[in-house]
Amino acid sequence: MAVARHWRNQDQRYNLAGTHCKVCGGHFFPKTSMCPTCHRRSMGKLERFQFSGNGTISSYTIIHDGMPQYSSQVPYVIAYIDLEEGDHIIGQIVDCEPSEVEIGKGVEMVFRKLSEEGRSGTIQYGFKFRLTM
Amino acid sequence: MRSGIVSYGVYIPRYRIYPAEIGRVWGQDGEAMGKALGVEAKSVPAPDEDAATISVMAARRALARSSIDPKDIGAIFVGSESHPYAVKPTATIVSAAIGATPVMTGADLEFACKAGTAGFQSCLGLVNSDDEQIPIRYALAIGADTSQGAPGNALEYSASAGGVALIVGKEKVIAEVCLTMSYTTDTPDFWRREGMMYPSHAERFTGVPAYFKHVEMGARQIMDGMGTKASDYDYAVFHQPNGKFPLKISKSLGFEKEQIMAGLWTPKIGNTYSASMMMGLAGILDLAKSGDKILAVSYGSGAGSDGFHLEVTDLISEYPRSKAPLVSEAAANGIEIDYATYSKFRKKLKMEGE
Repeated sequence: MAVARHWRNQDQRYNLAGTHCKVCGGHFFPKTSMCPTCHRRSMGKLERFQFSGNGTISSYTIIHDGMPQYSSQVPYVIAYIDLEEGDHIIGQIVDCEPSEVEIGKGVEMVFRKLSEEGRSGTIQYGFKFRLTM
Repeated sequence: MRSGIVSYGVYIPRYRIYPAEIGRVWGQDGEAMGKALGVEAKSVPAPDEDAATISVMAARRALARSSIDPKDIGAIFVGSESHPYAVKPTATIVSAAIGATPVMTGADLEFACKAGTAGFQSCLGLVNSDDEQIPIRYALAIGADTSQGAPGNALEYSASAGGVALIVGKEKVIAEVCLTMSYTTDTPDFWRREGMMYPSHAERFTGVPAYFKHVEMGARQIMDGMGTKASDYDYAVFHQPNGKFPLKISKSLGFEKEQIMAGLWTPKIGNTYSASMMMGLAGILDLAKSGDKILAVSYGSGAGSDGFHLEVTDLISEYPRSKAPLVSEAAANGIEIDYATYSKFRKKLKMEGE
């Protein structure tokens, strides 16, 4: 069950693929079957859109008591990111001390392991972010 | 135009551990060990990094420097001795993450530290084949590893992590491959049995009959084939299991230190295994100019070497290197960690329920 669910989300998790509305020009993540602005007018006028992965931190929190799978990463940062093409996303900030993270700092997408189904199950991969140098 | 490298990208994890810290834990003179091996620091993958994530990052950086449509990549070969799955290709993860899927082929390769260059040779073969029989325009060769040495073993001072991706084709070539040849024997100098976490090695046997013999023969057959001598090359790069072996082999082959320093990266980041020689080659391409000649020889335990004579083309002058990090930039800004953090990151601790 979990394998199929993760597989269906591969494109958006691997490639930060969302949706572009050709009516209003908006970019949305995750993928949507209807533009939240144009509603019915967007039907048939939506296309896959791949975000660059560049954005700015607009808010963040430091997780000290994380999920068991992330125990080797605490304390880690989860940030609210404004993507440069529009829309916002929540993602983990890696490769830094939490004290380095600040609102307004730029981030870039990286490809990381998100979780795994135990030692014998599948591994899920996808986007995370790190501070731009 | 001959086929060759169209674009390249590198990735090095940011964490670093230093020999003195490893030695402190195991009661060894770590600093002396680092000096003996010629390794100042080694890269350590974060807990959420593996050979697949490193491969994807390197491949995306190679694509960032080119205008190639990922759909035109017809084959992906990932060479590694630390593929995250025993069965399930790393190549398919890369293909989906760069948008090359589905009309393509791919496979994971393993030949100790030279699986990446074995992939490079396979890519050259495919792009050179008859277009009607095998219509593959570009192919992608990756060498990536998150290698491990057993705790306290000499290998622990050098076994690091990193990856290099080479896009190979016949168009827009920045470095032509004029000749590639391999030298292979059945020499058991280093191995890891199925299910074992750490590799074993035959200590001094890894030197003369293994590394030195194969790299020397690999280099000599390329120079014989091309009719060249050491002084004809602007740069040379040899596999770097540590910082000392490549210096010794280059000297015995007649190369000067200036010819190999641009490609010598193990002293700064450790031995990135399947990426090791390719990282050096990338470091050279970071500086190379049109007309430069490069001799590159990888080595994989088990054992064999892949030799390449490359010549840099005029297209290097307009190649957008700055669209992705140079090796020197990827190797910079390391975050130092202690041995306890290293043990946690590398899953050397037995956790509850395991």
